Amino acid sequence: MVDTATHAVGKVRGMISNLVIVRAEQPVAQNEICYIHIGDERLLGEVIKVEEQDIFVQCYESTRGLKVGNTVEFTGQMLEVKLGPGMLSKTYDGLQNDLNKLDSLFLKRGQTSDALDPGSSWHFTPTAKEGDSVQAGDWLGEVKENSITHRIMVPFKAVGRFTIKSIVADGSYGLEDTIATLINPEGQELTVTMVQYWPIKRAVKLYSEKVRPFSMLETGIRTVDSLNPIMEGGTGFVPGPFGTGKTVLQHAISKQAAADVVIFAACGERANEIVEVFTEFPKLEDPFTGRKLMERTIIIANTSNMPVAAREASVYTAMTIAEYYRTMGLRVLILADSTSRWAQALREMSNRLEELPGPDAFPMDLTAVIANFYSRAGYTYLRNGQTGSITFLGTVSPSGGNLKEPVTEATKKSARCYYALSQKRADQKRYPAVDPVESYSKYLEYPEVRSYLQEHVSMQWVDHINQTKDILIKGQEVRDQINILGDDGVPLDYHLLFWKAELIDFVILQQDAFDKIDAMTPIDRQRFMLELLLDIYEMDFQLETFEDVANYFKRLINQLKQLNYSPYASPEFKTLLDELKTIIDEKRIM
Amino acid sequence: MQYKAFQPIFSKITRINKATCELQSRRASYDELAIVNGRLAQVVKIMGDQVTLQVFSGTDGIPTNAEVVFTGKAPVLQVSDELCGRFFNAYGDPIDNGPEVVGEERVIGGPSVNPTKRKQPSELLATGIGGIDLNNTLVTGQKIPFFADPEQPYNQIMADVALRAKADRIILGGIGLTNDDYLFYKNVFENAGALDRIVSFINTTEDPSIERLLIPDMALTAAEYFAVDKNEKVLVLLTDLTLYCDALSIVSNNMDQIASKDNMPASLYSDLARHYEKAVQFPDGGSITIIAVTTLSGGDITHAIPDNTGYITEGQLFLRRNTDIGATVVDPFRSLSRLKQLVIGKKTREDHPQVMNASVRLYADAMNAKTKLENGFDLSDYDQRCLEFAKEYAKHLLSIDVNIEIETMLDICWDLFAKYFSIEELSVKKELINTYWKGKKREVKADSKADRSD
Repeated sequence: MVDTATHAVGKVRGMISNLVIVRAEQPVAQNEICYIHIGDERLLGEVIKVEEQDIFVQCYESTRGLKVGNTVEFTGQMLEVKLGPGMLSKTYDGLQNDLNKLDSLFLKRGQTSDALDPGSSWHFTPTAKEGDSVQAGDWLGEVKENSITHRIMVPFKAVGRFTIKSIVADGSYGLEDTIATLINPEGQELTVTMVQYWPIKRAVKLYSEKVRPFSMLETGIRTVDSLNPIMEGGTGFVPGPFGTGKTVLQHAISKQAAADVVIFAACGERANEIVEVFTEFPKLEDPFTGRKLMERTIIIANTSNMPVAAREASVYTAMTIAEYYRTMGLRVLILADSTSRWAQALREMSNRLEELPGPDAFPMDLTAVIANFYSRAGYTYLRNGQTGSITFLGTVSPSGGNLKEPVTEATKKSARCYYALSQKRADQKRYPAVDPVESYSKYLEYPEVRSYLQEHVSMQWVDHINQTKDILIKGQEVRDQINILGDDGVPLDYHLLFWKAELIDFVILQQDAFDKIDAMTPIDRQRFMLELLLDIYEMDFQLETFEDVANYFKRLINQLKQLNYSPYASPEFKTLLDELKTIIDEKRIM
Repeated sequence: MQYKAFQPIFSKITRINKATCELQSRRASYDELAIVNGRLAQVVKIMGDQVTLQVFSGTDGIPTNAEVVFTGKAPVLQVSDELCGRFFNAYGDPIDNGPEVVGEERVIGGPSVNPTKRKQPSELLATGIGGIDLNNTLVTGQKIPFFADPEQPYNQIMADVALRAKADRIILGGIGLTNDDYLFYKNVFENAGALDRIVSFINTTEDPSIERLLIPDMALTAAEYFAVDKNEKVLVLLTDLTLYCDALSIVSNNMDQIASKDNMPASLYSDLARHYEKAVQFPDGGSITIIAVTTLSGGDITHAIPDNTGYITEGQLFLRRNTDIGATVVDPFRSLSRLKQLVIGKKTREDHPQVMNASVRLYADAMNAKTKLENGFDLSDYDQRCLEFAKEYAKHLLSIDVNIEIETMLDICWDLFAKYFSIEELSVKKELINTYWKGKKREVKADSKADRSD
């Protein structure tokens, strides 16, 4: 990094859209941030390539009106985020400008705003004391940010060991007040405030160990938890053609997941989806703390009409903020919608740089870039023995709904859970349209996950999951048979098998995201329902014709759906359950 | 658009291809307009002293010593209430023999709305068409295209929707319209006496195709004037955006850019999103709703244009010919309105969501039955009832000729439910059955086949 007092100053030499070519006499660094002057506006840019005298800068804003000869001022810094208490509930753009602080209706070029609230004060309680030996990421004290305990840490950029020379007493302090002074063996002093900075493209690795994820992250969504559970600190992705319900699924997870902090990275997607989050989340309750959902949420909004270059930055901004909260020992969940837009932003730029294209004109290093990004998630043990995690769930928007396209393929190599959204299921309005057979959770293969599920859900849980998947596969097979041979061409057992699979589909897999009760199913209710359905699966019924089978199972489905709509273990639930038993007893062969 | 020549004149053109020309200049700024031998052009690339200009009306006949004047500004539109009732070309110049519009000069393709200043759309936009209002309800501030094959009557449907929707202002952006279709719109609007609330920007097939690239920006700049300055509910109609994308690909091809899928530029998603995202609901009541047309080739929605569009817009309305009833219908399976959840059952009757889902599910069962029939299998009694239901459902509700209130649509559904099905087969919440079920109240026994009698 060039980090001397004087930084390079250059002149614009050319431009195509948001790629600006600059010449400068002094040295510049790859990924160094610069400001391109245009009238009294300053446009943010980043060095992405140097070729002899030409410095290629991707500009984060519209270059309309830019001329050859305009001044470019380099900063010596990489693109950084500002970290400190007050980030929760905020809506940022991809470059961490607080959008609520920008007053105008339209986003003006070159406009910026502070990511934190400079005048704010926080009640600080020290947890370390003078004389303690500390290093980057160690906890010095804490403030209360909404419902979470926000640790004030030794700046992540601090190199080497320090001794606490002084630390303030319990009390209220301004965001930028000095709360501690550290000194290293060479006698250099470092003053610590509640604010620090970190470059977004560099992973924060201030933990002692990153372990394999082992504990389930409850989402309340049956097709996830009961069939392909995702683990805390795990990674997953949701590819699906448009209209298959990616966004509804992500919103449901963001509302219901057991996390302390939820970061919503809207990367090149619709603005109205962000509006939905900041309109509804302040009214909705966090199912775990009872506080408002918005209190634990941070939105990074780079909507599809905002400058393309900031799309790439937005996912890194989200990840860096997540790493900051993870280092405090919190459970963070990032939802990125959609990583395909980010890949497209890379493609647009690669195209302007005239790089040799890879498959579908995407840059050759796409797989590496995606793998590198997903690897920043994880379950970590901090140096003080506490744990912190980042669970990452990204959506992919495969072009033409083709799951063999480069972004889906690249992501498949990195993410451990795969939730394939099926056009067919969406067409049949079977939501969430997650394909139960195509999808997988690699975590089910982990012995530590199996023993966790045995302990926390039930001894047979993993067996039940596998049994359920087998039933669904068999159901598909017999459906194909029936379609080929006709209703009369197959034995009655085939119809029974088909309808038993349909029962699981309708009652477990399908879930009404817009119904208050059905939208979220806690894991104990999921266990109850799955066991109930597996019991029914084992039963024999006295039914004469395939039409009888269909009619009878439709009654069962109807009854079980009413059960899904009623509060768990309520009198209403019990009545419906009794009615169900009556219907079963009518036809059951004991 | 009146652009005064106040910059020096350049004349040494070094390269010319179909859409662009290149010349030496040190004065050009990015995106600014220039006039090349009287034709409008825009700066699309600057490299040192080489400036690339995209000539909107094409470069045919441009000499290497053409007169080039830089205007110093990006394309603009004069906005004022005088726009109403008028027809303009892609440059915002009148094509209806009327006077020049006097108003405030606005640069087109302006910045995006701060997402935090938006309001969540919540106002129903009724069209009277069952396939839309019942299954894919529209909301003001939404952006949605019709996906249609070229032979389908999408321009008629757009005109119907425009006149029925309760909008304060309608902006028509005609992109590559045939002259016949242009005259059709003009007649329909005139006959409806609605001309004074309509502003039209028209590029016909007779005009140069690159000029089309300006139409959406012109239409949306006018829309922003009425929605922001006048707090009006504005409906923008853009037809046909596939032709807009074709123009984009011509330009990117002429600039030697590497094409991505289907020969479209790599930036297609951003290029389309830039326009569609202008759809907005403002807190002060003004709104911009965009209804567009994307023509398909043989119903293929995996092509880059409909595919990218689908990811940007809040749903799509898929037009399809239904041979059973001999009419064009809005396909209930492939169509979707993402914002319908904000109004159905809230601004419309409580039973709307469940009635919609149940009827689409039964319609799907009918399609399965049809496949069975085609494969030569016997149909069950249920299959047959589904088929009967589907025919009536398509005729009375899905057909685009239908023009009725939403409550009537719901009542028709309940009538059809009672006519063909039992309560169990509906799988609708009990409370709704208690209020709206029009058939017999008794339970249907699984083994009794005589049940559908009445």
